[in-house]
Amino acid sequence: MADTLRVGVVVFPGSNCDHDVYYVCKHQMGWRTRFIWHKETDLRDLDLIILPGGFSYGDYLRSGAIARFSPVMHAVTRFARKGGYVLGICNGFQILTEAGLLPGALLRNASLRFICRDVFVRVERTDTAFTSAYSPGAVLRIPIAHGEGNYTADADTLRRLEESGQVIFRYVTADGRLDPEANPNGSMHHIAGLLNDRGNVLGMMPHPERAADPVLGRTDGLGLFASLAESLVGAALKR
Amino acid sequence: MSGMYRVHVRVRLRPSILDPQGKATRQALRQLGYEALEEVRIGKWIELTLRAPDPAEAERLAEEAARKLLANPVMEDFDILAVETIEAVG
Repeated sequence: MADTLRVGVVVFPGSNCDHDVYYVCKHQMGWRTRFIWHKETDLRDLDLIILPGGFSYGDYLRSGAIARFSPVMHAVTRFARKGGYVLGICNGFQILTEAGLLPGALLRNASLRFICRDVFVRVERTDTAFTSAYSPGAVLRIPIAHGEGNYTADADTLRRLEESGQVIFRYVTADGRLDPEANPNGSMHHIAGLLNDRGNVLGMMPHPERAADPVLGRTDGLGLFASLAESLVGAALKR
Repeated sequence: MSGMYRVHVRVRLRPSILDPQGKATRQALRQLGYEALEEVRIGKWIELTLRAPDPAEAERLAEEAARKLLANPVMEDFDILAVETIEAVG
């Protein structure tokens, strides 16, 4: 029986935020954490799988397009379909959309530039496993670092996402207002993070793992990991 | 006839998707004096070289590959521009 959350961080050739998120999970949260090589296919020992940021397979063809067909992603898809929890950060979000685990796609930033800076995102729901430790409407200061974060989906998909409350994070101003100026990449509906309809798969462009240790000057991302601890550790203990 | 074929696949952003790369290129071309220029759209041209029993089968395989991987239907359309015979046997 597990006495803590069992977490796997997927490592693709080209992942570069794998160690950052591993550090937060293992050393800050104290979870039993291991790396998952992209050729692995047995993930049955895990409660939570994290697809980290980076440039999997060089982002050739499209961000996430090649990663989606890697052996580990078939296993991640099975894991998610069975209700396992999956968090995709940045490139991980791109892979989740390519794999069809989240709807829509992430296009080139409207500015055409790679953007690496802090942004403000508003927590739109706190009744999810990923956000339960935040207060409703909280505005987080979290860094982004991407060239393709411009969220796009057709009108029907967007309507469905809004109606079912699947938009979890939105780019806002420091005081929490929706403003085109506060949207760094042109994302439709200012979408920065998206939950699947079942509530077990979250994709987000901002990097919570880069805002989790006080030594880095900000900790607004830590709440995401605290939420998972709150929501999942109890369930893991019962197993 | 069995042989080696080269299939040319064109992948383009769907018309409804904004193409910031094309927009920036259009802007640059207009600055070069091409004022008549209305629009620039940038896509990909992919060559697949493959062995198949006949050109129709080569095209079918390329289309399947394009649907599975080469194009993302959320943002892109594709079409087969040509099937070239590289080497025909028998």
